[in-house]
Amino acid sequence: MSVTKTHDIAEIKARNRALIQEVLEVYPEKTAKRRAKHLNVQEAGKSDCGVKSNIKSVPGVMTIRGCAYAGSKGVVWGPIKDMIHISHGPVGCGQYSWAARRNYYIGTTGIDTFVTMQFTTDFQEKDIVFGGDKKLAKVMDEIQELFPLNNGITVQSECPIGLIGDDIEAVSKAKSKEYEGKTIVPVRCEGFRGVSQSLGHHIANDAIRDWVFDKIPADAAPRFETTPYDVAIIGDYNIGGDAWSSRILLEEMGLRVIAQWSGDGSLAELEATPKAKLNVLHCYRSMNYISRHMEEKYGIPWCEYNFFGPSKIAESLRKIASYFDDKIKEGAERVIAKYQPLMDAVIAKYRPRLEGKTVMLFVGGLRPRHVIGAYEDLGMEVVGTGYEFGHNDDYQRTAQHYVKDGTLIYDDVTGYEFEKFVEKIQPDLVGSGIKEKYVFQKMGVPFRQMHSWDYSGPYHGYDGFAIFARDMDMAINAPIWKMAKTPWKNVPEQTLLAAE
Amino acid sequence: MAKLRQIAFYGKGGIGKSTTSQNTLAALAEDGHKILIVGCDPKADSTRLILHAKAQDTILSLAAAAGSVEDLEIEEVMKVGYRDIKCVESGGPEPGVGCAGRGVITSINFLEENGAYEDIDYVSYDVLGDVVCGGFAMPIRENKAQEIYIVMSGEMMAMYAANNISKGILKYAMSGGVRLGGLVCNERQTDKELELAEALAQKLGTQLIYFVPRDNIVQHAELRRMTVIEYAPESAQANHYRALAKKVHGNAGNGIIPTPITMDELEDMLMAHGIMKPVDEALIGQTAADLALA
Repeated sequence: MSVTKTHDIAEIKARNRALIQEVLEVYPEKTAKRRAKHLNVQEAGKSDCGVKSNIKSVPGVMTIRGCAYAGSKGVVWGPIKDMIHISHGPVGCGQYSWAARRNYYIGTTGIDTFVTMQFTTDFQEKDIVFGGDKKLAKVMDEIQELFPLNNGITVQSECPIGLIGDDIEAVSKAKSKEYEGKTIVPVRCEGFRGVSQSLGHHIANDAIRDWVFDKIPADAAPRFETTPYDVAIIGDYNIGGDAWSSRILLEEMGLRVIAQWSGDGSLAELEATPKAKLNVLHCYRSMNYISRHMEEKYGIPWCEYNFFGPSKIAESLRKIASYFDDKIKEGAERVIAKYQPLMDAVIAKYRPRLEGKTVMLFVGGLRPRHVIGAYEDLGMEVVGTGYEFGHNDDYQRTAQHYVKDGTLIYDDVTGYEFEKFVEKIQPDLVGSGIKEKYVFQKMGVPFRQMHSWDYSGPYHGYDGFAIFARDMDMAINAPIWKMAKTPWKNVPEQTLLAAE
Repeated sequence: MAKLRQIAFYGKGGIGKSTTSQNTLAALAEDGHKILIVGCDPKADSTRLILHAKAQDTILSLAAAAGSVEDLEIEEVMKVGYRDIKCVESGGPEPGVGCAGRGVITSINFLEENGAYEDIDYVSYDVLGDVVCGGFAMPIRENKAQEIYIVMSGEMMAMYAANNISKGILKYAMSGGVRLGGLVCNERQTDKELELAEALAQKLGTQLIYFVPRDNIVQHAELRRMTVIEYAPESAQANHYRALAKKVHGNAGNGIIPTPITMDELEDMLMAHGIMKPVDEALIGQTAADLALA
């Protein structure tokens, strides 16, 4: 069933190319032509992965993508803990996106923080016919009365809002005025817009720009005492506590973290960010837009970093420190040195158990490249990767800094392609989402959810790497896999009754 | 009981659809036919001449008040007017909010599910002028209106609208059973009106069912919220509507799949009848100032 394991790059490339041809063969001609552009074998030295991306999925395939509403409500806005995010429209979108991303936060839920709660205008037929603006206004009034300590409201538009042209901006403005300038943000993230959740990230970024930043004059005095070492963490959603295990490293090296975007974040932190000295950007895909805006409007530089695995962490700490004085640079070295023994111990324990194991990834817009270093720190090899909703700049970063020659690349992979690729390549681990998990486990392939860390985490930072290593070992070396038997090997020998 | 006939009146806004349809249906009621009128216009004025009342309780306003359409009973929305004509109005949102098209779909489904069409000879749908979205095409989809009557006049835009509506019918004729019953010309006293209406009917592959002459008595009746049939049953105009009603009644099964024409063909037709002067192609798109310079 599986292709023989080989370490010869030319052989691997030939195998991968043959595999791509094989999966394309089952498609109708037009689909095959379209999908062919999204599949490739990495060639060393190329500036990108040679695949098309951010294009509409082919109808009829099982795509793994989400929608613009998911990108805004689920990713960017949802974790802002002291604001209430209204899922405006029928109840389903709110229900199914309810507390799904494990964005950890500190606060008293229902009193001053609301992340794991769900608010919706719960559209009925009459709201479609007569418009949902009246109900939206009513929900805002109820929120004010029931949750007086909320610091702001956002309106996350579901599909019907765009279809019936509900004027959410007018309601937001009127209610903001009524509640003494309260921040109320209408977000036009209707699910049918764009090709994936990616447009939702962009729309959400723009909403922060227009409805949070632009409320405050650019030359206004800071509302807090600034220091030369103020940084904002951008694009960390604190899945399983990721942002916390990141923030402590920045603080240990002497920086002051004034905002977390958006995991465990607050409206005040968003408002404070234009006064930062540097924005450090983890999830480039979902928050490069606002980082670029702050660079243009407020002159704040931004720097991408990677806190998966000790190699990338050390590299990133030094890169961040390079924007500051010697005190910070020394701080970075001190932090790296401090954690080195811990990292050595983790690697000493797990690397022997994981050395040479192969991994295939398929995640959203950052992790398909960002986690590669962490696997490599454990002696593992990523042999295939792809993005749900990455753009060409993501594939450029992937090609230039992460993947090896011959890696199989699959953009917006279809259910069929992913299954076939894994079946033929037989990696030791697949890292993807909940929808993919059981398919591969039933195929006898160890799996880790790389969106939610399989209810574990954090995986960011030095502390996170210890957990990451343990989890990967737990998945791959679990005794369960030895108990799974190939069914046809268990069939008793047939006796030829009628033979005599 | 004769087979239920489902008809619909379409046409450009302001052409006199509601007036023509209500007078025609009143005449059919005179002949003993049992009629149901379904108003599919958010303005809810498709039945006011029959009921002598402007906006009655519409399906959607009652549904909104009650919570949902499932909470309504058919008796609450169905009103009975002149000669026992049953009337329902879909209603809808005020202009600029919500989705009136969805309202039409909701209302028609409600009527069907609640047996509004039982013991009825004629169901007539009165739809607002422009079929702007799928909702307003609901009455011409499968299992709804089988015969469409397009109310038009000799005005260019009315004929343009008639042609466009034919395109809509053509689209649904393939998937369902909808047919074009014919054109009804509501006289505007434009040049060569009858001639043009007949020419358009011919182009569309249909017939001019009736030419309703203009008469101020229609206005007088309207002001009293009555049909001419009721207001002045002896008048010549009432007899015109009776004649139209007979034509419609006799037209069962004669509907056709229309053959809509292009905008250019329509303009050519108007030129052929001397309504439009041929225009020098070179002048198209030139402003008055441009022309003065030339």
